[in-house]
Amino acid sequence: MLDDLDRRILRYMQDTPTQSLPDLADRLTLTTSRLTRRLDKLRDAGILRGQRAVIDWQVLGYAVEVSLRVTLDKTQSRAFDEFIEAAREIAEVTEIQTFLGQVDVRLSVIARDMAHYQEVYRSRILTLPHIADIESLMHVARIKSDESLPL
Amino acid sequence: MIDLDDIDRGLLAALADDATQNAGALGRRFGLSQPATWRRIRRLTESGAIAGRKLDLDREKLGFGVTVFLGVKLATKGRVSLEDFERAVTAIPEVQTVEHVLGMYDYRLRVVARDIADFERVLRRRIMTLPGVGNVEANVLLSEERRPGPLG
Repeated sequence: MLDDLDRRILRYMQDTPTQSLPDLADRLTLTTSRLTRRLDKLRDAGILRGQRAVIDWQVLGYAVEVSLRVTLDKTQSRAFDEFIEAAREIAEVTEIQTFLGQVDVRLSVIARDMAHYQEVYRSRILTLPHIADIESLMHVARIKSDESLPL
Repeated sequence: MIDLDDIDRGLLAALADDATQNAGALGRRFGLSQPATWRRIRRLTESGAIAGRKLDLDREKLGFGVTVFLGVKLATKGRVSLEDFERAVTAIPEVQTVEHVLGMYDYRLRVVARDIADFERVLRRRIMTLPGVGNVEANVLLSEERRPGPLG
């Protein structure tokens, strides 16, 4: 189980993930070797899975982001599997989430501009299997996006 | 906006998967020298294409068993109420992301909680008491998959 030191380490790493190991050890008043052992323990336990670079799609020229909320035709027993499998083939889809609630699946879709989005939506999204209903939320701004856990 | 070639796209995809890889190892994978790889990564970072890093943690092992997405509709609108709402909602530790959207909701929130009872506490005490909050829809996250996007 986690103790307070583990939680403190993860909290600091969440706030400043690019910090070097010696700097992190300094801030936590630990020796680097003790910190390394702790991190190894967290990795072995599967708690700390790694670090990912965050891509800013706007900088890469993808100005449009749309959240598509999809309701599936659940009379088809393989609706979820077949829909998700087909959605994975669309390059412009950056996230696939499944839910319990009014929405079954949500897709994050990015596009260069509205014309490009229109084309992706008509030729690739609407042709996905087993869609019963689809609603879109157009992304305006990201107010908070760090995804930190309240440790 | 920044122009990318195939190697840049490959580097972005590789770093989005594992940001701790060093320039030497990445260079070997893409047939580049270490300094050349390093220069490309620096260009991607300075242009903002790489916006930062995120720790990949196993939420469930850390005791956060429930993730819920909330669609929030504001009851009152106007500049002031948007700002008040945004300031208050970003201060809630359980709220991981806040997105301003257009459509049937005004905001989309990602909320983590230890379990459903804990989520109910956050919803009642923190979310429903936010300034200007109107209709709220909740969907419990079952699975989630991040895709590489148009980098291939």
